[in-house]
Amino acid sequence: MRIENHPILEFKRGNEIKFYFDGEEIIGYEGDTVASALHAAGVRVLGESVFKHRPRGFYCAIGNCSSCLMTVNGESNVRTCITPLKEKMTVEIQKGKGEIL
Amino acid sequence: MFDYNGVPSKEMVSSVFPSEERINKGPVAVIECYKEIPCNPCATSCKVGAIKPFDDINDLPDINHEACTGCSVCVSACPGLAIMVIDGSKSDESIVFRIPYEFSPLPQENEIVDGLDRFGKKICEVIVLRVQNLPYQDKTPIIHVEVAREFLYDFRNIKVVK
Amino acid sequence: MKTTDIVIVGGGPAGLTAAISAASSGAEVTIFERSPQIGGQLIKQTHMFFGSEKQYASHRGFRIADYLLDELNKYKDKVKIYKNATVLGIYEDGVITVDLDGEYIKMLPKRIIVATGANEKIIPFPGNDLPGVYGAGAVQTLMNVYGVKPADKVLMVGAGNIGLIVSYQLMQAGVEVAAIITDLFITGYHVHASKIARMGVPILSGYTVKEIVGEEQVEKAIIAKIDKQWNIIEGTDIEYDVDAVCLSVGLSPLVELLGQANCELRFISELGGYVPIRNLDYRTTNENIFVAGDITGIEEASSAMVEGYIAGLTAAKDIACIHDDYENKISDYRNQLDGLRSGPHSGRLRQGIEKLMGGNK
Repeated sequence: MRIENHPILEFKRGNEIKFYFDGEEIIGYEGDTVASALHAAGVRVLGESVFKHRPRGFYCAIGNCSSCLMTVNGESNVRTCITPLKEKMTVEIQKGKGEIL
Repeated sequence: MFDYNGVPSKEMVSSVFPSEERINKGPVAVIECYKEIPCNPCATSCKVGAIKPFDDINDLPDINHEACTGCSVCVSACPGLAIMVIDGSKSDESIVFRIPYEFSPLPQENEIVDGLDRFGKKICEVIVLRVQNLPYQDKTPIIHVEVAREFLYDFRNIKVVK
Repeated sequence: MKTTDIVIVGGGPAGLTAAISAASSGAEVTIFERSPQIGGQLIKQTHMFFGSEKQYASHRGFRIADYLLDELNKYKDKVKIYKNATVLGIYEDGVITVDLDGEYIKMLPKRIIVATGANEKIIPFPGNDLPGVYGAGAVQTLMNVYGVKPADKVLMVGAGNIGLIVSYQLMQAGVEVAAIITDLFITGYHVHASKIARMGVPILSGYTVKEIVGEEQVEKAIIAKIDKQWNIIEGTDIEYDVDAVCLSVGLSPLVELLGQANCELRFISELGGYVPIRNLDYRTTNENIFVAGDITGIEEASSAMVEGYIAGLTAAKDIACIHDDYENKISDYRNQLDGLRSGPHSGRLRQGIEKLMGGNK
């Protein structure tokens, strides 16, 4: 959910950006990261652990902890918390360790 | 308990209050900064020299309540929102409090809002006299509310009831 | 191979002030910042800063990022800033490698200032890996940078400055804070604690997280009292229906690049973990590498800015770019740091610096 009224900040949202999460179309805004756009759309489970398949969400939001890694445009292990959202991106929950190119 | 729940004791609160005589003369600042931290904007923002300049940046504020004019500049300058201005000159029954309030929605003038103590517990209802939100305050509005005098040492916050 | 005088790793408060110092000394500077924005953690700080006028006290943190960028802009001929740029390694020959928006580049700077900051710690309890268990700073980024409401109701773990400030900012964003819990007592500034307490949010000392319950994500938090050995006392459970739990249980300096570059590190718990051995000029044991900010030990952003000013001056001086007012500036910055670190609130920090530096702080 987006914050609309804030006592200190004014959020100037950029243009709408359409992207796909596991095939489903979602709208974010210019200035979003992949993870912030997913959270705004109510998606908090971003992946699963490699061996026990436990759900994973983001933790640090500074591109450090690896908890938000997803497959973006076919590239695995993308740090979605610091990756700017772009038009028509395909974002997928990653199974396993992902392919190294 | 202060170290465990963040709520100052009654003794701590009354130790930083001006005399009732001073309160009844007109607006005066009350600074609830009980622990030394590296911070001095209260002193540097005071235009009348009532808050003594710090020798060390960790000093506790030292305010001369007699010299304080209640101008309220320090209220929105204090990063800890630890300062309020109180005024007992309006009537024998009430105290006008000016408190910093950084939430939306802001109350409106003449609106009745809940009066809260230092635990955030509702203790009374108070009327909003003025909402002061000038550019220099940079989004730390100061709300003027009239509070029954019996809550002089207990009132500390408001809750807008919408 | 691309070259430059000074590369600064990290565009937060320390990196930006280091760049201002170095560029105003005449050095050519390149900043690499891995986030999409410049300013590091400043850009999500909506509260007013403490300290003195010299560290922009009483100004909101996100505005300070703008002030620093405006100042840096005065030297725009000398400064290059790259966002979405993750420094991957610092090699023996001094070459650094960077993932610049997907492109792999190499650079050979004369000096490097590492100002990478710190990472939020986590504590062990069942369910600590569930989505909805977030670093408090991460939640602050989500709501204050991206304008996204992180949850409806939150339990905050930790009553240091970050835990207290983020709790207040959660309420400003319209999120309910069920409680703030801490193992021992309030370690942040009491003025922050008091302003949260008077909002009606209980601060509970002597508690820990017993378990977080949820199928796919956080649905419930169970806390319990602990005894002096940190064992849970049975029968003291409190349950909260929350959809997020924020952890503000300390930070660790991000020293990986320094480790790779053979800078000697030492574990000093008072400073947050492994920190580089450094001298008064903020030079590490690798003579071409300087440090500033939380990487040198966890402190407030005010100190990080002052450390950055110092490291920028000293690194520039090392390549014969000497600021006109070098001596006065260095001594003023050292005095500022002494002041910021001298109060009763900084006891642990001083112990840590003492362990690191011995007699030379």
